[in-house]
Amino acid sequence: MATHLILQKIFKTGIVSEPPPQADPALRTREQELHAEILRVFGQAVTIRHIDAGSCNGCELEIHAINGPHYNIDGMGVKFAASPRHADVLLVTGPVSRNMEVALKRAYDATPEPKWVVAMGECACSGGMFGESYASCGKVSNVIPVDVAVPGCPPTPIVLLQGILAAVSQGRTNTAP
Amino acid sequence: MKIGEHDWNLDPLGKHIWRGRMETGQLLALARAVKEEGGQLVALWGSDDRHLASSFGIHVALLTSSGLAWVSCALPTNAPAYPDLAHIFPQADRMQRATFDLLGIRATDAVDDRKWLRHGAWPANVFPLRKDFDATLPATLDTDAYPFIRVEGEGVHEIPVGPIHAGTIEPGHFRFSIIGERILKMEERMGYTHKGTEKRFEGLDLATGAKLAGRVSGDSHSAYAWAYCMAVETATASQVPGRAVWLRALFLEIERIANHLGDLGYLGNDVALSFGFMQFWRLKEDWLRLTARLFGHRYLFDCIVPGGVAVDIHDSGKAELAAEADRIEAEVHSLKAIYDEHATLQDRFANTGVCKPDLAARLGLTGLAGRASAQAWDARAQFPQAPYDQLDVGMATQRRGDVLARAEVRFAEVVESLRLIHGLIERLPAGALHAPLAPVSAVCEGLGWVEGWRGEVVVAVRIGADGMLERVHPHDPSWQNWPLVEVGVLGNIVPDFPLINKSFNLSYSGPDL
Repeated sequence: MATHLILQKIFKTGIVSEPPPQADPALRTREQELHAEILRVFGQAVTIRHIDAGSCNGCELEIHAINGPHYNIDGMGVKFAASPRHADVLLVTGPVSRNMEVALKRAYDATPEPKWVVAMGECACSGGMFGESYASCGKVSNVIPVDVAVPGCPPTPIVLLQGILAAVSQGRTNTAP
Repeated sequence: MKIGEHDWNLDPLGKHIWRGRMETGQLLALARAVKEEGGQLVALWGSDDRHLASSFGIHVALLTSSGLAWVSCALPTNAPAYPDLAHIFPQADRMQRATFDLLGIRATDAVDDRKWLRHGAWPANVFPLRKDFDATLPATLDTDAYPFIRVEGEGVHEIPVGPIHAGTIEPGHFRFSIIGERILKMEERMGYTHKGTEKRFEGLDLATGAKLAGRVSGDSHSAYAWAYCMAVETATASQVPGRAVWLRALFLEIERIANHLGDLGYLGNDVALSFGFMQFWRLKEDWLRLTARLFGHRYLFDCIVPGGVAVDIHDSGKAELAAEADRIEAEVHSLKAIYDEHATLQDRFANTGVCKPDLAARLGLTGLAGRASAQAWDARAQFPQAPYDQLDVGMATQRRGDVLARAEVRFAEVVESLRLIHGLIERLPAGALHAPLAPVSAVCEGLGWVEGWRGEVVVAVRIGADGMLERVHPHDPSWQNWPLVEVGVLGNIVPDFPLINKSFNLSYSGPDL
């Protein structure tokens, strides 16, 4: 019974990753550009390890969102890994709390070269509203080298994907302290 | 205000909100009286009042039959202490430990006096929320060395998990003690996202404070921003235009629907039904895009401001929102039919991660997880602030207390919130979006209380005579609910932990502060 309903729903829903009628056309074109660019640069795939270094969980909402069917990141060759040892890109959110400083450094060290770091969101880029304090190291580049900073509170999925692409397509532009 | 036979001399501070001060000895008697009548402790926090009253303060927010009571006691400046409340309300335990870490105010005779929010970032004899705190701390971190409770015996293994988890989740540490695949004990260690939020509030202007409040836990932005603004507006005795109040409720229900849709998808995903994930996240994404089109932000960040709201909805937007609400409701019903029929999903959901009603009541389980364990509290229904007092909110409850019950409550609440959205846009009053706050001339305080999607969010605010924030305590319902995850996983198998955890979907950033 459930199988019948599932199949019915799948057929009725169709493929939302393809141009949905109500979607913003500008948005779709950029998705396709990203797709082509990642294929050109990597030829296959880019693997991301997300690390929440003290975020408010707003950025995490958008990381979840890009895993949804509209964005079809698997089709672009982007996937998320459970371990930094399997990652090409570390996607770091939040101001780095001092309680996460050691864990973030260890995850960075555990990521094999070549690796890129994307600082996602206002807090990761600049420290944001939390800044530097007794409990916060501020921006990610205060703790580990950052290749691409994606601003926004939180950055929208498209901006996030553009940031990931910027990291892997332009080589290393180190903004470390 | 009477609780039991005794009148506790509390004064009204807002609708269904009461305010009182008493001796620490009375506090214990009040807590017992509240417990006796079936109430709960919602929040506990401290303050450094030495510049105002030559004392420290301990504050509790208690849920009583007459509403929320905010009670404070003055404590001596040397060795400030108050009687342990965790033996009456176990949910006070971590709040008391955090209060010591941040302010050096001790709960006398507490069974558990281990540190909570302090890891190695500041020394044990330094208290960041004291007004004379010296921010120039040693650059090196202390080792954390947290004393976990060990389970010993033949065949017992420990699995340490986190702070960084395998998926896209916030950081925290879970220490499992297992035999075979069964969980004998799980102990949580939180505080990894502690970023000094409460200290950051100090000295901010009231408008910037609203932005920070909304970022205590980003997934509950509207709940926090509203609770904060309610507190500020109470403190300054400011009036908010009717249209703004109704729009705030609209934002809160939009936020509730977005989060519940996402959770229902992830619950499917965690039992290998990726179909469920894709379907619900399709709906959530449609909902977020519509939200962004109508109000300029996918998660409505900074739409609620002190004195009102920053964005409006027009007739075309109303029609679009109503049509989308109808479409999503029909889709949710069709997906619920599939979840109901799906044997594997039902098998994994049912009897997994059980929190029985009596235990939930004893430990103070709250919010949607509480309602799934027969804790029938929903501030929108029992103690409604405007405009909920005109909306007749239907509360969703279950008795099973398992993953299935928490999913069922979400389904029911999505449908109810979609219904409320129709009511909110149809009856939205005309008028201004915003009114200036009344000026501040003396120290004043207020409290906001909002039923967010996860549970009740409480924000207490004290404004200084200069009109700047002096002390803000935002309280997340995850404080009460995290200890119940430790209980809910007992006897379950380790592979069910992600499912159980997701069924609660608690905030780390909210209680870590």
